[in-house]
Amino acid sequence: MFEPVLTKYVNEPNGYTLDFYVQHGGYQAMKTALGMTPDAIVDSVKKSGLRGRGGAGFPTGLKWSFVPKDNPKPKYLCINADESEPGTFKDHVLLERNPHLLFEGCVIACRAIGARTCYIYIRGEFFHLQQQMEAELQKARAAGYVGKNILGSGEDCDIWIHRGAGAYEAGEETALIESLEGKRAQPRLKPPFPAVVGLYGCPTVVNNVETICNVPVIIEKGHEWFAAIGPEKNTGPKLFCVSGHVKKPGVYEAPMDTTLRQLIYDYAGGMRGDRQLKAIIPGGSSTPVLLPDKLDTHLSFDGMVAAGSMLGSAAVIVMDETTSMVWVAKNLIHFYKHESCGKCTPCREGVDWLYKILDKIERGDGEPRDVELLLSVCDNIGGKTLCPFGDAEIAPVLSTIQHFRDEYETYIRTGESPVQSDFRATEPVAAH
Amino acid sequence: MSFHPQMPYGEGWHKSERFIPEAGPAFEFTPEHRAQLEELCTHYPPERRKSAVISALYMVQAQQGHITGNAMRHVAEVIGCTPADVEDVVTYYVMFFTKPVGKYVLQVCRTLSCALNGAEQVTAELCKHLHVTPNETTADGLFTVMEFECLGACDRAPVIMVNNEHWAEHQTPDRIPALVDGLRTQGLASLGGCHLVKERA
Ligand SMILES: Cc1cc2nc3c(=O)[nH]c(=O)nc-3n(C[C@H](O)[C@H](O)[C@H](O)COP(=O)(O)O)c2cc1C
Ligand code: SF4
Ligand code: FES
Repeated sequence: MFEPVLTKYVNEPNGYTLDFYVQHGGYQAMKTALGMTPDAIVDSVKKSGLRGRGGAGFPTGLKWSFVPKDNPKPKYLCINADESEPGTFKDHVLLERNPHLLFEGCVIACRAIGARTCYIYIRGEFFHLQQQMEAELQKARAAGYVGKNILGSGEDCDIWIHRGAGAYEAGEETALIESLEGKRAQPRLKPPFPAVVGLYGCPTVVNNVETICNVPVIIEKGHEWFAAIGPEKNTGPKLFCVSGHVKKPGVYEAPMDTTLRQLIYDYAGGMRGDRQLKAIIPGGSSTPVLLPDKLDTHLSFDGMVAAGSMLGSAAVIVMDETTSMVWVAKNLIHFYKHESCGKCTPCREGVDWLYKILDKIERGDGEPRDVELLLSVCDNIGGKTLCPFGDAEIAPVLSTIQHFRDEYETYIRTGESPVQSDFRATEPVAAH
Repeated sequence: MSFHPQMPYGEGWHKSERFIPEAGPAFEFTPEHRAQLEELCTHYPPERRKSAVISALYMVQAQQGHITGNAMRHVAEVIGCTPADVEDVVTYYVMFFTKPVGKYVLQVCRTLSCALNGAEQVTAELCKHLHVTPNETTADGLFTVMEFECLGACDRAPVIMVNNEHWAEHQTPDRIPALVDGLRTQGLASLGGCHLVKERA
């Protein structure tokens, strides 16, 4: 099995502390990077092939190179630690068990893009992690690894942790910037892209936690080493989250030529109760559902697209034969309905209609035309919204209809779910 | 809310709504909170104090449990923005309470991975045990039960978040009586921290 890099020491009781980190070679990559030119750092990250771990898989080095050099305004790095995509809990592990790797990556990335300030935007629910991170950050400051005149190099990098307050949409990069400015987390129209006009109107790079944690690794071990891991264009170590009906849910680090089958059966111990696998969501709730016939596909950005889905945040949700797919769609649409920021009409109104129709089917009042109606509502959302949330919210509906249309039709015809689940409540709990 | 005249916008609250909660009693930050806020403001450029508005609102909640109209006005004054700016933020984010809540707010994650692991049963048991429905507070003012969306801990499903800060992981219906009793008798200390703290102990 692959030897973990990012999560190597996560099971050490003191693995998160500054002392432990420094004793195990921490902040050495930062020292190397302080001796490199910004261009050389960007170049190395480009050559490593590192692609963003936040969802879209955009090449990180390329994103950095969009920051204009001649712009006199201050530049900012924002770390996306909002981690809200259902099924995702990988950044959580890094924030909790390896915060100094993130801080070190922040300093290197700031040098690369010419920023002197970095904000780590952490979701409000991660407060218990934030407290521990603040304490570690304070130690790093006191030791001269972070802050003004880092290790006497003349380089400044202030890192601040900024707490959100519960909003999935704050994970979208321009909405994150709005939220950091003290406003509603609603996305901005692009262009201009944040690299040119971002936080406080200044050039800004937004990167995911895991993305930035890979940066010190690239500097320390070299871009050739990094690029040799995993399939071409899908390089480097990757964290996978597995949850749902498996024996050992958790975060597993592996290269991206790992197959879904290996992840579910080798890493996560296989199906709980040895039931049949029914469906898999491979990259968080926003990515289309796959059937077990895709088990031998690589869990890479390109592999998942070829299989008809997306790697997204590498959040694999596993469902067994007792799962009703109509209910899955309704559960996820409830999430999107709750989280839609309300800025554009197709998303705000459309998701409410999707919920109403799915709820009606679930209650046993579905009508034969409802499946077509769902597809038509989806058609009026997809590609017609301000941010990718619109496309995300229709993925569970479209893909469950695509693969399990007969289940919808039976449900509507008989008024009852054709699938019985032992994990559900006998009676729904209604909110007042 | 809906543009369709015949159809009300779904049930319940929607993020795009704006409203001002009840004015409540007069409000002012304690000197400690005020000092803490001023320190936080130094993290941002001097003309960007508004960035600290979320933190200021958390301090309001720490001080009086929920956010009131008077507190919002005070926050606007201290931050140096308009009350409407504060209203925008308060009504958008789900971690701000605009009505009084119980001493312990129990938020059960209801999203897919938790639901696949029995979150519905946990919520049902919690409601039955406390004689409330979601969003209600017990008559003694101790507990409020709510449903919440994915907390980012799906490997420890189902998860309950307590008072926005503490997590109770791997919940099952039969663990609910002990969870409630623990809070009643020993308060938040009974939660014993998340798995991280427990593994270290
Ligand atoms: C609705 C929505 C939610 C998102 N949530 C997150 C998130 O929680 N964490 C994250 O890192 N990226 C999230 N993203 C992706 C970010 O917009 C952005 O692409 C990412 O932070 C860029 O970092 P990367 O290039 O390092 O991947 C989200 C995107 C959308 C459209
Ligand atoms: S698609 Fe949805 S979340 Fe995105 S801007 Fe429009 S309303 Fe907001
Ligand atoms: S689904 Fe409950 S924590 Fe993610």
